Amino acid sequence: MRLALVLIAALALAACGEKEQVVVYKQGKYQGKPDNRSWDNDPLPAEYRGGSWTKGDRSSWEESIKKRQLSQNEYRRIYQ
Amino acid sequence: MARMKFLCDSERCIECNGCVTACKNENEVPWGVNRRRVVTLNDGVVGAEKSISVACMHCSDAPCMAVCPVDCFYRTDDGVVLHDKDLCIGCGYCFYACPFGAPQFPQAGAFGLRGKMDKCTFCSGGPEPDRSEAEFRKYGRNRLAEGKLPACAEMCSTKALLGGDGDVIADIYRERVLRRGRGADLWGWSSAYGVKPGAQPPVQQPAPATTGKS
Repeated sequence: MRLALVLIAALALAACGEKEQVVVYKQGKYQGKPDNRSWDNDPLPAEYRGGSWTKGDRSSWEESIKKRQLSQNEYRRIYQ
Repeated sequence: MARMKFLCDSERCIECNGCVTACKNENEVPWGVNRRRVVTLNDGVVGAEKSISVACMHCSDAPCMAVCPVDCFYRTDDGVVLHDKDLCIGCGYCFYACPFGAPQFPQAGAFGLRGKMDKCTFCSGGPEPDRSEAEFRKYGRNRLAEGKLPACAEMCSTKALLGGDGDVIADIYRERVLRRGRGADLWGWSSAYGVKPGAQPPVQQPAPATTGKS
């Protein structure tokens, strides 16, 4: 009886789990889901007012997006 | 290393729903699906009314990712939580797990059929080629791949809603709180990013080494 209960409990909980939430990017896939990384794209032409970075260079993309983030600070934007 | 987060300043939000409209327009989200919405607490109570703009917070330890039976979620290098609609079975587990009510389900089919889950992507598309028609149709615009921030945050007229790297927006918020001398509570950050109320934003942990193309 006890063994049956243990088996039932084990089977009932078999679907419960917690997957590891780590970033694994391999051959254009994040944990098996195909996706590109933002900095692997070409920047938009200047008239679209996107960021400017070197394709494939993560640090230049981050620098570009950081500039855009700082424009949300009106104290800096207006009083500079 | 950028870790994208949203921050809503309830001292500034005026419930204009500009963020909701910007999101709807930018991503052409269908009727019945609201990736972002504005919640007002103590509505009509003078001096106690607060509004907060709510969407997926792209949690550090996302409950939706933990409970998904088909493992359709993934986290990008920028810390954005995305999902693959080709894998999603529309079971709704993520909806029950999410503390922010972010997952949305189109119910346009017969007999209350629940479609595949839709949620805020931090305007960074999904598992389709970046800036492609297929990506736009399934997940909306990919503004991060254009070097832009989410439309909701960029359109916010009072800058109550900030979006971007957690360190940068926390610095903006800190400066703002110091200038006005009140309203330091970061709504939702304790649930999403493990920050205790009134505490400083957490120090960013280095991500595990990634492999593949750089």
